[in-house]
Amino acid sequence: MAAQKEVVFAGFGGQGVMTAGQLLAYTAMEEGKQVIWIPSYGPEMRGGTANCTVIVSDSRIGSPIINNPMSACVFNRPSLDRFGPMIRKGGLLFINSSLIDVTSERDDITELLVPANDLAIKVGNPKVANMVMLAAYVEVTGLVLFETLDRMLTEKLGGKKKEMLELNRKAFEEGRKAGQELGEKHAGELR
Amino acid sequence: MAGKKLMKGNEAIGEAAICAGVRHYFAYPITPQSEVAEYLCWRLPEVGGAFVQAESEVAVGNMLFGAASTGLRTFTSSSSPGISLMQEAISYMAGAHLPVVLVNIIRGGPGLGGILPAQGDYFQAVKGGGHGDYRVGVLAPSSVQEAVDLMILAFDLADKYRNPMMLIGDGMVGQIMESVEFPETNREDNDPIKSDWALTGALNRKPRVVKSLFLNPDLLEENCLLLEEKYKRMKENEIRYELYKVSDKNRLLIAAFGTMARICQTAIDELEREGVSVGLFRPISLFPFPEKEIYAEAGKKNIEKILTIEMSVGQMVEDIERCVKGRKPVEFFGHTGGIVPTPNEVKDKVRESLGLKK
Repeated sequence: MAAQKEVVFAGFGGQGVMTAGQLLAYTAMEEGKQVIWIPSYGPEMRGGTANCTVIVSDSRIGSPIINNPMSACVFNRPSLDRFGPMIRKGGLLFINSSLIDVTSERDDITELLVPANDLAIKVGNPKVANMVMLAAYVEVTGLVLFETLDRMLTEKLGGKKKEMLELNRKAFEEGRKAGQELGEKHAGELR
Repeated sequence: MAGKKLMKGNEAIGEAAICAGVRHYFAYPITPQSEVAEYLCWRLPEVGGAFVQAESEVAVGNMLFGAASTGLRTFTSSSSPGISLMQEAISYMAGAHLPVVLVNIIRGGPGLGGILPAQGDYFQAVKGGGHGDYRVGVLAPSSVQEAVDLMILAFDLADKYRNPMMLIGDGMVGQIMESVEFPETNREDNDPIKSDWALTGALNRKPRVVKSLFLNPDLLEENCLLLEEKYKRMKENEIRYELYKVSDKNRLLIAAFGTMARICQTAIDELEREGVSVGLFRPISLFPFPEKEIYAEAGKKNIEKILTIEMSVGQMVEDIERCVKGRKPVEFFGHTGGIVPTPNEVKDKVRESLGLKK
């Protein structure tokens, strides 16, 4: 059985959850993995919550519908309420602790608190909270290499948006640091 | 477009059409396939083509009729209510032996319905949504790569049989992003098909007529028999399907197409780990339908039941029953309205069918 990993990115429309998921999917594809990116496109998108699921596998991916994803990165409270209970036992829940002051209260998963908005503001723009979170996720899970992630970011932002590239890179650094600290803190639970 | 790309199904369908040599696309936007038009509105001009946004789907159908009459490769994409509006033109194009490709990224119906994925247009596509004695060739992809491959095939088959072809995907196939590769194409851009029927200007030759009106019943019957003969040839040559984990250990055979088949694959993998052996029969060509093939699979001694699973209240199941001819019990499970059956639900249904504990 080839390993398959799933992660849900969920938040308000505008928090960049779709972009974060796409960048992860591009990166995993670049590393030779099978990937699928599944957006929510229902009426809930209009002014409500948005989410996407990324599945990464070494072999052909079957169902795009996941009963219990291995992990989720939730950016707001409604997303925590919706996806918190769905995480697979033993899975990971990344919580944007800048905007969510509660947890899922589950003791069979590992919860990782990432102050994504605070760290994004620290580097200059709350809009890159998604990149802070993505970097923390990649740091903790090791799903893809940072070098590849950075290369794909550069490719996507291109030459025309130099300041944006720098800002996103700073967000990556902050997310990475947060991920390292969380990795140490939860070392026992994360194997 | 060499190498692997991560693309949305809808965008990949647009690019596949370009690979197939299409430079003329007519459409009216509708969720969940609007990205096809969004993509082609900038991509077609890059290759010297054009996208005309029509005033309605009725107009789209007739623009296709006109473009196809001139021997150009042309297509449209829409979703369920839009395809309903095109049915008159589809019937006319079938009657006039015109090659054309239609893409239906199906949403929940009937009526205006919803915008989430569904497969409730199976009957409309396969049994002929318009009037008269005609058929549309129907192909159903289950991944983005397959959508690309079948899209290109659809144009070849449309030309080969001079008949409308339809690619049906549910909203999921249109919206997901997957890695995809496009074949190198050597088709001459913009080249009308070399033919003895297309309306290319009657200079120095006899005028040609493309029509579906035959007031003389003898001539109309002759035209219908000509169509019927094509459909017979399609049945002989264009059956496509896939078997997944089919073996003499299977107790049950699932029949499913499109996204539903992928979901069943995951359920089958998980059931296998529990020691329950199930195979999957996935029709890829829905017309012509793999009639003999499903009959043969159903006849195998180890198969106790056939379970058809669809994102509808049960449409393809009628074809499965027709083809199985009572050899084995045929059961059905599905959800509709945009609710997609999950792998867990599929597993529960399989266990229930086989009398196993949940």
